[in-house]
Amino acid sequence: MAKMRLTQAINAAYFEEMERNERIVLFGEDVEVSMFGDTRGLHAKFGSNRIRNTPISESAMTGMAVGAAMAGTPAICHLMFSNFALTGFDGIANQAAKLRLMTGGQARLPVTFVAAIGAGTSTGAQHSDTPYPMFMNLGGINIAVPATPADAKGLMKSALRGFNPTIFLLPRVRGATSGEVSEDPDFLVPYGKASVMQEGSDITIVAIGSCVHHAIRAAKALAEDGISVELIDPRTLVPLDTDTIVASVRKTGRLVVVDEARDRCSAASHIAAVVGDEAFSSLKASIKRVTSPNIPMPYAPALERALLPDPDKIVAAARLTLAS
Amino acid sequence: MSQPNTRHNSTPGSERLTAMLERMLLIRRTEEQLGADSRAGELPGNVHLCAGQEAIAVGVCNHLSDSDYVGSTHRGHGHFLAKGGSVRSLIAEVHAKSTGACGGLGGSMHVTDLSKGMIGANGIVGGGIGLAAGAALSAQVAGEGQVAVAFFGDGASSQGILPEVFNIAVLWKLPLILVCEYNGYSEFSASSTVNAGEIADRARAFGIPTDVIDGNDVEAVWTSAAIAIERARKGEGPSFIEAKTYRLRGHLEAEDGFLQAPYRSEEEIDQWRARDPIPQLVKRLTEMSAMSDADFEILEAKVAAEVKDALQFANDSEPPEMERVLSSVFVDQLP
Ligand SMILES: Cc1ncc(C[n+]2csc(CCOP(=O)(O)OP(=O)(O)O)c2C)c(N)n1
Ligand SMILES: [Mg+2]
Repeated sequence: MAKMRLTQAINAAYFEEMERNERIVLFGEDVEVSMFGDTRGLHAKFGSNRIRNTPISESAMTGMAVGAAMAGTPAICHLMFSNFALTGFDGIANQAAKLRLMTGGQARLPVTFVAAIGAGTSTGAQHSDTPYPMFMNLGGINIAVPATPADAKGLMKSALRGFNPTIFLLPRVRGATSGEVSEDPDFLVPYGKASVMQEGSDITIVAIGSCVHHAIRAAKALAEDGISVELIDPRTLVPLDTDTIVASVRKTGRLVVVDEARDRCSAASHIAAVVGDEAFSSLKASIKRVTSPNIPMPYAPALERALLPDPDKIVAAARLTLAS
Repeated sequence: MSQPNTRHNSTPGSERLTAMLERMLLIRRTEEQLGADSRAGELPGNVHLCAGQEAIAVGVCNHLSDSDYVGSTHRGHGHFLAKGGSVRSLIAEVHAKSTGACGGLGGSMHVTDLSKGMIGANGIVGGGIGLAAGAALSAQVAGEGQVAVAFFGDGASSQGILPEVFNIAVLWKLPLILVCEYNGYSEFSASSTVNAGEIADRARAFGIPTDVIDGNDVEAVWTSAAIAIERARKGEGPSFIEAKTYRLRGHLEAEDGFLQAPYRSEEEIDQWRARDPIPQLVKRLTEMSAMSDADFEILEAKVAAEVKDALQFANDSEPPEMERVLSSVFVDQLP
């Protein structure tokens, strides 16, 4: 085990898997400099054939990543901020997510799109989105949203060993979170397997990405009042481990879902709908969602803070649920 | 066939040059203030400064009135001020105050003043090109001789939207002036590593009249823009100007926090510092006997007072209320 930050864990995953499979390439804008630090050192190690700085051409980058993957070269396409996935959306939405089915299962698509998500540092509305709900709706692309360094490493390694298109979203403000990470070269985290971060009996809290850290604090606060929280991090939104979530709600009868995405058609609303379907008779109260409002993110820091999920909002939602 | 721009006969003249110097100086000193605020940790977000590039914004916008449009970039403070935006509203916006250009909701990368035809800085590289082309369409439909200018960087030239706009603007003869601020870098990548060939040749391939100029020479910018804007006003379609320049500051002020190694040599920066457009213009005015040292000091003092006033204004202003956010998402829906 080694203690490292989330971005360092991703960096370690790139190093290990690129060493293991020498066909993997990685490209993106200024990946040699690496603003977030996750691609640092790769160019020095793997050289210009495999690590390439690209022009600012997201539509070409995403399309090329898919094409390279189809042709047998696993590609990591680094998009910096997830909002730039939107200028490169065709490669993700029309190509990566659709091609396997359209080719009757011929295409293998070992392509991994990497981008940072989330608000909280006053980067303005065009650099603050949490757009996984959009990707969840595409049909054919895996989505990883790690909250811990260990999961970040394991999920990245799994993506790079697999043959499915993946969008790997790193929570930006939590990039510096550190934790223990396995150094086993075959340490993998499976897709579609939620992590039960804490077992409990009174209420289930499902939290995604950076919201997991808010939920941990909320669970501590609730524990002081004798409330036992079961905390679940789905880790991947596609595939989504609904079994673990539903089983937990059958046990606790109460659910709060925490998701930084805008509320409308969020991951939270999807999870709430699934639980409503599958655990209706176990529910003792209506499901609560702690999400962001349905508006673009303002620049002013106090407003931004007020709009985002935080531990207090989770505690309040939990209490509402427990009161009914 | 693309025809090269023939040199315009008219020159700005010393009075106009002095006015342009004042604007350039205002941009420089305003940004120096914002840079200092950023480094002192007093700004909520990042700032991308345009120090060294002011002559382009000012030389082009000097021809424009409030009814003309400018689409800008993430490096948009200069365009904002050159287009007539106020220093108070700029500094207040970057300081996230309710009195800012966008009420503190946009920030440095989004400074906009529609009353001045400044349709916005933009956080999406290439985003402003499409918006400016759309403003040019609106101008064409309105038929009142307005024009639109798209400012964008050499890095942005790699976005597919640029050739897409070249094509449409030529087909539709849009009153659009495309101004590439070629500062040699796209973030931390030298332009030569991310741009194949000459960017101007891409415009030429579409038959767009094209001019490659010294963007640090405000007279050259002004003269080139005069021709392009006149052509647009006469309904003769788009023009392309590639203005060679250099940013004297980093890509963003906070970059030293994550850079492992410098990406530009001190030598290169010094070379360009020697070509700083502001001292060059002062020298030119001095040679024209249009400005003495004392005149320049007066100008400096005036600009400094304006920046100081704006900072005070921003400091005295309140941050925005949530109400402003909620009422800024949609215009009232139709009944
Ligand atoms: C669509 C998109 N991709 C990437 C970025 C990140 N980014 C911001 S500025 C920049 C470089 C822009 O270079 P250039 O157009 O030359 O403008 P300059 O910064 O030199 O003024 C990049 C890659 C972005 N903001 N938007
Ligand atoms: Mg540039």
